[in-house]
Amino acid sequence: MTHLPFIVASYGLTIVVVGWLAVDCFLRTRRARARLAAIDPRENRK
Amino acid sequence: MSSVNTAPATAAPESAAGRNLHRFANPGRFLRLSGKVLPYVAIIGIALAGLGLVWGLTLSPADWQQGDAVRIMYVHVPAAWLASSGYAMLAAASVASLVWRHPLADLAAVEIGPVGAAFTALCLATGSLWGKPMWGAWWVWDARMTSVLVLFFLYCGHIALVRAFDDPQRGYRAGAILALVGLVNLPIIKYSVNWWNTLHQPASITLTGAPSMAPAMLWPLLLCAMGGMFGFAAIVTARTRAAVMERRIRALTLAQVRDA
Repeated sequence: MTHLPFIVASYGLTIVVVGWLAVDCFLRTRRARARLAAIDPRENRK
Repeated sequence: MSSVNTAPATAAPESAAGRNLHRFANPGRFLRLSGKVLPYVAIIGIALAGLGLVWGLTLSPADWQQGDAVRIMYVHVPAAWLASSGYAMLAAASVASLVWRHPLADLAAVEIGPVGAAFTALCLATGSLWGKPMWGAWWVWDARMTSVLVLFFLYCGHIALVRAFDDPQRGYRAGAILALVGLVNLPIIKYSVNWWNTLHQPASITLTGAPSMAPAMLWPLLLCAMGGMFGFAAIVTARTRAAVMERRIRALTLAQVRDA
């Protein structure tokens, strides 16, 4: 299987890019939610 | 006699389509609805893409000409479809922004840009990784590859343009116009392999004809593509949710500064 490095690189790159997008939006949402809870009186009432 | 339009920029439009769209412009309603749907969309996306990738990598047969390198197709083709359909989504959000002044459409367009650019870059990179063992070259300036590179530049231009103005509304308008002008590139990408003599192969799957691919390869490809679609939708929705919250944080911070 001489093409293995190309296949591994393709799948690895896909996992890294999609994983980075997912982690980035998860962390961004968590930061925004925490900040909003700290300053928004409506959030604090929930 | 001159008349002055005193309506605010985000006034609810008069058309039925505009009214229906504006029902979902309420940020609180969007956050509630998307919060309920998002986990299911994400789980379906992960399950379908995971199943498709494992099937494509281990169970589907090797190609008689390309050997195992054909397995790159299961990541390259969905990335290419998502790059193009992501741009169509960007154009649709731009229409909603320009015609109905839909505030969530502005945020969605801003958030689609980086995700679409990432999938276009992924398409170009995996295509390059497929091209090297098959064609003997990482890159050739053929019509399909060049038009996809133009798509990547359009995404990058949109990302830069919407952030280039002090007034965000002007950035949204300029970005929407760029997105609509760039829409002309989508049919060029689609038909480039028919219009020009390209090194890139023609489409194996069309909407009108039977696929020229064995079912053992077609099913994992479709699973990967469906998983990618759900994943793309989940990421864009999650980013738009974060953008809605960040906009509220900015508004509250400004209000606090004004009151102080």
